[in-house]
Amino acid sequence: MHHVDPNVDVNLKINNIPVTVKGGTTIVEAASKVGIKIPTLCHHPDLPVRATCRICVVEVKGQKRFKTACNTMVEEGNEIYTNTKAVREARKTILELILADHPMDCLKCIRNTNCELQDLANEYNIKEIPFTPTAEVLPIEANNPSIVRDMSKCIKCGRCVEACQAVQDVYAINTANRSHEFTITTAYGKDLSESTCTYCGQCIAVCPVGALYEKDDTGRVWEALDNKELHVVVQTAPAIRVALGEAFGMDPGSVTTGKMVAALRRLGFDKVFDTNFTADLTIIEEGNELLQRITEGGTLPMMTSCSPGWINYIEKFYPELLPNVSSCKSPQQMFGALAKTFYAEKSGISAANIFSVSIMPCTAKKYECTRPEMNSSGYQDVDVVLTTRELARMIEEAGINFNNLAEEEYDAPFGLSSGAAVIFGASGGVMEAALRTVYEVVTGEVLQDVEFTAVRGYTGIREAEVDLAGTKVRIAVTSSLKNAKTLMEQIKKGESNYHFIEIMACPGGCIGGGGQPFRATAAIKANRAAGVYEIDSSQELRQSHKNPSITEIYEQFLEKPLGHKSHELLHTHYTPRKI
Amino acid sequence: MCKQLTEKDVCEIIASHQASKEKLLSILLDIQDASGQNCIVEEWARVVSAELDLPLTKIYDVITFYEMLSEKPRGKNIIEICKSTPCHFIKGVNIVNIFEEELCIKMGETTPDNLFTLQYTSCVGACDIAPVAKIGDEVYGNLSKDKIVDIIKSYREAAICQK
Repeated sequence: MHHVDPNVDVNLKINNIPVTVKGGTTIVEAASKVGIKIPTLCHHPDLPVRATCRICVVEVKGQKRFKTACNTMVEEGNEIYTNTKAVREARKTILELILADHPMDCLKCIRNTNCELQDLANEYNIKEIPFTPTAEVLPIEANNPSIVRDMSKCIKCGRCVEACQAVQDVYAINTANRSHEFTITTAYGKDLSESTCTYCGQCIAVCPVGALYEKDDTGRVWEALDNKELHVVVQTAPAIRVALGEAFGMDPGSVTTGKMVAALRRLGFDKVFDTNFTADLTIIEEGNELLQRITEGGTLPMMTSCSPGWINYIEKFYPELLPNVSSCKSPQQMFGALAKTFYAEKSGISAANIFSVSIMPCTAKKYECTRPEMNSSGYQDVDVVLTTRELARMIEEAGINFNNLAEEEYDAPFGLSSGAAVIFGASGGVMEAALRTVYEVVTGEVLQDVEFTAVRGYTGIREAEVDLAGTKVRIAVTSSLKNAKTLMEQIKKGESNYHFIEIMACPGGCIGGGGQPFRATAAIKANRAAGVYEIDSSQELRQSHKNPSITEIYEQFLEKPLGHKSHELLHTHYTPRKI
Repeated sequence: MCKQLTEKDVCEIIASHQASKEKLLSILLDIQDASGQNCIVEEWARVVSAELDLPLTKIYDVITFYEMLSEKPRGKNIIEICKSTPCHFIKGVNIVNIFEEELCIKMGETTPDNLFTLQYTSCVGACDIAPVAKIGDEVYGNLSKDKIVDIIKSYREAAICQK
């Protein structure tokens, strides 16, 4: 009898160790409670369970067949064995079968030393494969700026499909065919660029092997760094500093801002700047845009525009709602436009000789910087986007001992930023940052408590109402494209009464981006978010409009928010791209 | 060859099944039958996707899962050769070779006149007369080279009569 009531205690033994768990607990979860690790491969804690790889098989006393521990709920009185000879042999055979259909070119694989299949082969002491190799060399798909698919390496676990469908509701990829031809593909085998793909990279983030990865642009950056003619500047997104440390064995959420800046200098970047500066600038522009829309009867609700995966989504799925999207460029692209105009002027370096790199937690940013409209400086505003993982690889390649680096400071003039800017990295952060500024601008009063904790979090749709000098402003915040869809359907039906909506494509916001270090789970993302809020709360300056560098750039260059220059450099337009 | 299928035809087929998601297989079979190419090309799958509000990748998964459906153009007559165990043991592979020789195509290919496509199928439940091939609704058993030559001839003659 199944006890799926989460309030009922279930008593069982695993490898003769008694354990009590709540009803509805899986064998994998119960085992971890008593320190027993059951290997998993297709299973990911944040995704619906498929139980297709079978690596998690265990013996349950009294049952003839092995049970898959990832999707079998414990039952009262169960006696489960996870480490018998039969179990070990079965798991080994399963691994051998997977490996017989795998190229096993680990040394030149992007996931070498960071691959879940490689780990298991090591744990299960695989020395030879008794089966005839059947791995085929398939063409690698790399026709878009963001995501590479190497299906030769795919083990068909289906995690990417769950990320694309259950988490994002995008359905760019799915299973197809069956038996030995079973594969994961777009409809009719088209390139991702011709599918509904938004380049969010959540498929990459959950891939256990080297079948999915970001388009590697490190070569282009090394080349630029070696080119003496070029002045190479770099910007770092808010969410990098709390995740980069994971690539060097630090705990998730470790704040590595100073070490990251030092590492970038050692790599040879001429100036190390902070995307946080243009996050503050975004708040000034977007906050003013919101007020203008509210007071002048503009299209509402206004929606944020920082997340390029989200922009790709709305262009493809809800083009009729594009007028609701803020015209503000993302902080990355605002930075790019200013680097080759304001900074070029100020530093006396020709924009033609400035090479602009950005470090992003995101694969969609790689696509964003190639958009033809992102050239308001007269050049491509951001030349190359690297993910957090690519930066980590460059640091490794350069032989920099990241953990022992002394902390360094960002360069002026794009180095100073507020706590409001850093929280852009977590879902709810843009909204909170906007409220911290808009409240004071509208009411003329000093905000006593700058923390709007109601909008923070990882799941669902968070709502709040803020009183701005008598005007009640209703806001909503969400992350993941599936949640975005819910909000879009409300707007289409005329059931949305919000003024301002923040949407991030990736669950949890940029801290959970598709370019972040591998093996992130909801728990790890929560630590990264905590890191972001820790930076914010430890800062004196916590509101964008109080950033003196922002005041300065308006005085020296931009003149006023939503002014002529702003429109030219900091705002953009969108294109319907219904697939 | 049937007349070229139009979007209106496809929509009519979908409407005849009340645009019901549950009738997806029947809708796809009808479209395939009317297609003149014995398949469901992307253009029509997109119409089904829009009308049934189902993601295109879901429809593609269904089309590629079932042997009876195809995403690629196929000949008028699909020769399906059983690859399940009883046919395998009775050397069904030999009859594949005979079909390939007689039709001058390889497994999975279509004859230049678009009359035949050769493909495998799972068990059709006629193991007592293995090795077996199925063409349309007809099942042909106890196959030998002579029988195969006669079968192919009969379909070719039927096609000439239809013209």
